[in-house]
Amino acid sequence: MADPGAAPLVEVTDLARYFDVSPPWLARLLEGRGRLILRAVDGVSFAIRRGETFSLVGESGCGKSTVARVIVGLYRPTRGRVVFDGTDLSGLASRSALAPFRRRQQMIFQDPTASLNPRWRARDIVAEPLRAFGLVRGRRAVADRVAELLAHVGLAAADGDKYPHEFSGGQRQRVSIARALSSQPEFLICDEPTSALDVSVQAQILNLMKGLQRELGLTYLFISHNLAVVRHVSDHVGVMYLGRLVEVGPAGLVFRTPRHPYTRLLLETVPRLASDGAERQPVGGEVPNPIAPPPGCAFHPRCPFAEERCRTEAPRLRSAGGALVACHGVEEGRIPAA
Amino acid sequence: MLARGLHRALDSDLYHSFTRSPLTVAAAAVTALFFGGAALAPVLAPQDPFDPATLNLMDAFAPPAWTAKGSAQYLLGTDNQGRDVLSALLYGSRISLLVGFAAVGFSIVLGVGLGVLGGYLGGWLETVAMRLADVQLTVPGILVALMVDGIVRTALPGGLKEELAVYVLIFAIGISGWPQYARVTRGATLVEKNKEYVAAARIIGIHPVAIMVRHVLPNVMGPVLVLATIGLALAIISEATLSFLGVGVPPTTPSLGTLIRIGNNFLFSGEWWITLFPSGALVLLALSVNLLGDWLRDALNPKLR
Amino acid sequence: MALLAVRHLRVEIPTRRRTLVALDDVSFDIEEGEVLGVVGESGAGKSLTGAAIIGLLEPPCRIAGGEIRLDGRRIDGLDAEAMRRVRGRQIGAIFQDPLTSLNPLLTIGRQLTETITTHAPLGAAAARRRAIDLLGEVGIPAPAQRFAAYPHQFSGGMRQRVVIALALAANPRLVIADEPTTALDVSIQAQILALLRRLCREHGTAVMLITHDMGVIAETATRVAVMYAGRVVEIGPVADVVRAARHPYTEGLMGAIPTLDHEVPRLTQIEGVMPRLDEIPAGCAFHPRCGYTEALCRAERPELMPTDGASQAACWRYHVRWEGGGRG
Repeated sequence: MADPGAAPLVEVTDLARYFDVSPPWLARLLEGRGRLILRAVDGVSFAIRRGETFSLVGESGCGKSTVARVIVGLYRPTRGRVVFDGTDLSGLASRSALAPFRRRQQMIFQDPTASLNPRWRARDIVAEPLRAFGLVRGRRAVADRVAELLAHVGLAAADGDKYPHEFSGGQRQRVSIARALSSQPEFLICDEPTSALDVSVQAQILNLMKGLQRELGLTYLFISHNLAVVRHVSDHVGVMYLGRLVEVGPAGLVFRTPRHPYTRLLLETVPRLASDGAERQPVGGEVPNPIAPPPGCAFHPRCPFAEERCRTEAPRLRSAGGALVACHGVEEGRIPAA
Repeated sequence: MLARGLHRALDSDLYHSFTRSPLTVAAAAVTALFFGGAALAPVLAPQDPFDPATLNLMDAFAPPAWTAKGSAQYLLGTDNQGRDVLSALLYGSRISLLVGFAAVGFSIVLGVGLGVLGGYLGGWLETVAMRLADVQLTVPGILVALMVDGIVRTALPGGLKEELAVYVLIFAIGISGWPQYARVTRGATLVEKNKEYVAAARIIGIHPVAIMVRHVLPNVMGPVLVLATIGLALAIISEATLSFLGVGVPPTTPSLGTLIRIGNNFLFSGEWWITLFPSGALVLLALSVNLLGDWLRDALNPKLR
Repeated sequence: MALLAVRHLRVEIPTRRRTLVALDDVSFDIEEGEVLGVVGESGAGKSLTGAAIIGLLEPPCRIAGGEIRLDGRRIDGLDAEAMRRVRGRQIGAIFQDPLTSLNPLLTIGRQLTETITTHAPLGAAAARRRAIDLLGEVGIPAPAQRFAAYPHQFSGGMRQRVVIALALAANPRLVIADEPTTALDVSIQAQILALLRRLCREHGTAVMLITHDMGVIAETATRVAVMYAGRVVEIGPVADVVRAARHPYTEGLMGAIPTLDHEVPRLTQIEGVMPRLDEIPAGCAFHPRCGYTEALCRAERPELMPTDGASQAACWRYHVRWEGGGRG
């Protein structure tokens, strides 16, 4: 388990990523339209300790996938820093400088079909990082290592000959995991790894991932919209809404006593197995367009406790009962206990 | 291993849809016949029609073997110089197919190259390449080939004109065909670029060129194959057109188009076979290759399966 | 008499090599006004069942046996024209993707009035009024203005509300909802489910709710049918099936679902995967993965039979011929 005194493995400070989704130059000229900036991530800060699982949870458009992609290097941050094991990654630009860090971070994706090249055999897919990082040399050695990795994720060595379309969804995800593990990373980013899988397959994959974490001492950043899954796997959880973190804290605490109105909304509206069929009055409204977020606190149009200050001033993460919550109402003690 | 691959191929849905359609099987057979005939022309042809020593002017204008005045020696008759039409057909198909293949190959290299590079890298490269393609597509292909052919030939010094004529022709027809491949592969590249397996390769730190060649390229070649088959037919016809107009292959290595032109002069004086058989061969070849391309497109279309 | 009675439904898919059986002897009833959940993993055949009932099976899939009765009258053999009349008037449908359920080229008002006038003898003005009423009922704000809007001008949740309005426009007796909230965000899901529940109660419409999400079933349905490899393996009241499942597959499934209510160190793992259509084992389809398997299970296929609980299960453990010491 994580050692609370040690320095975090990954630390993200005021991370932001904007996308320019303006209409083409000609259209802007002729129609007099302005630039449109999509603030996918707008100032996110958190830390992940070695050996733990930190989850980012939220609905579509909240920016959690974008955070993952900035951390792993697929996008450059518009603002803010990503510090990995003490080194500021945003300061590194060249491919050779980034290479040693690439080996230590890997990613698993949501769509098992699109995450494997349909024209490559499984063994070549798993061996690609081995060859790219020069970790193992010689065909014999590579083949042995690939067989080892496949066995590790519950596949047979003979499965290496197959093409992705010959596998089931769950098996493809296992191949993805084997590929991610081949560079012996310390940090694994999992972007909705089980959302496209059936429930029973999901259980297999989650159990596998937990087992691997214990065995190899991995640190996970787990992205999901499924609260129950997040509850099951996480040590710490961060709830995101429209590009910002609204609540961060230990998983058990956040799920048992949610403080932010949005976290409460999420937990209340999730359909539950233990439901007795009683009618619940769900909170209305929809997630606003991230191109034109509401001023002040992004959640205020849907919040039953919104006041004047919420409409003008964006709240910052402040300590509240063991967690960090970004809510004026919580800060002022206005929100009644759940 | 090979046996296993062959077995898998014969058992596949592709092969099955092939055998289902008698038209496609016939088209494939005809195409194979042409390829075979062209490849083995030196062996199969009764005479070498372009070697003046083998020609006998006395046998000029002999009609086909089954007509009254024909003889078995010249199955399809002879032309004004005593050339055996059948032999001329075999050798002519050779040139036509050679130019056709080479031109398509050139189009593919240029078009797919620009399409993948533009689609993956985006930016000004993509914009310039696509606009160039758009502009060129407004001009009919044959006209482009004609223009390029004319310009390059004028630019060449006298002696080289004849020597390089075939290469210039290949270049011209090739240039006229690249936009299709570029547009198709650029679209397919855009789709593949956003898939997670490309992201996975980027995360590992694979060089963009390696990603384009080893990851993206194999996945965008499907529609290219279909275009290439149909493009082959078009290239053959383009070459025939240019040769018919007299700006194609030099007369020393006549293709089907040249033969048609030669025969055209005698059409109305009664010696119909000199132009009919080359024309028929051209139509048959282009049609068969086209039908094969049609079948391939339908067979490879996942939505129709 | 049940509103919908499905008896021994068999759906086959002829392929080049052999004929695959996608639905094998499926039987269940839906009573007037009840919400029956049909749950299962991908490939279990739940969507196919819905498609077969509403007559939207895509060829080469075809109904090869059994019968489907609506109000006692058979609807499975009807020709295209007769089926079209049944669809919309008697049976409505809600599919997963609201984007493709609506015609992007027509305004939603036009699509609604079209459906209304097809099934009811209303004039244009009356149909328009009814359409605006419906839009209001499903919670579209300012319905009179939104009447002339196009589908792409709505958000996902709003579009699904329009789809629900379309499904209910002709006041059908039964609505088949195939994964109606899967493509929506969690907070919108709850709104749509609540809407569906309320409207169906008010109009007295029965619902066949097809989904892979057990939580949705627990919240919305009164009874649930669990499907596996083209068969119904358990059917009964929701609370019983969830808390005290009788079929080993359902048991495993419930244990595999992570919940928010308590923590478990490890999720129940059912080894193996659901068999593909061309690999369905003889006897009980679940026997290779089941912890209680005996010779009988390998040899003969069990029918749905009463158990010691409130639900019925297709499992030999509840039969007199069972030799092992299991329950039943």
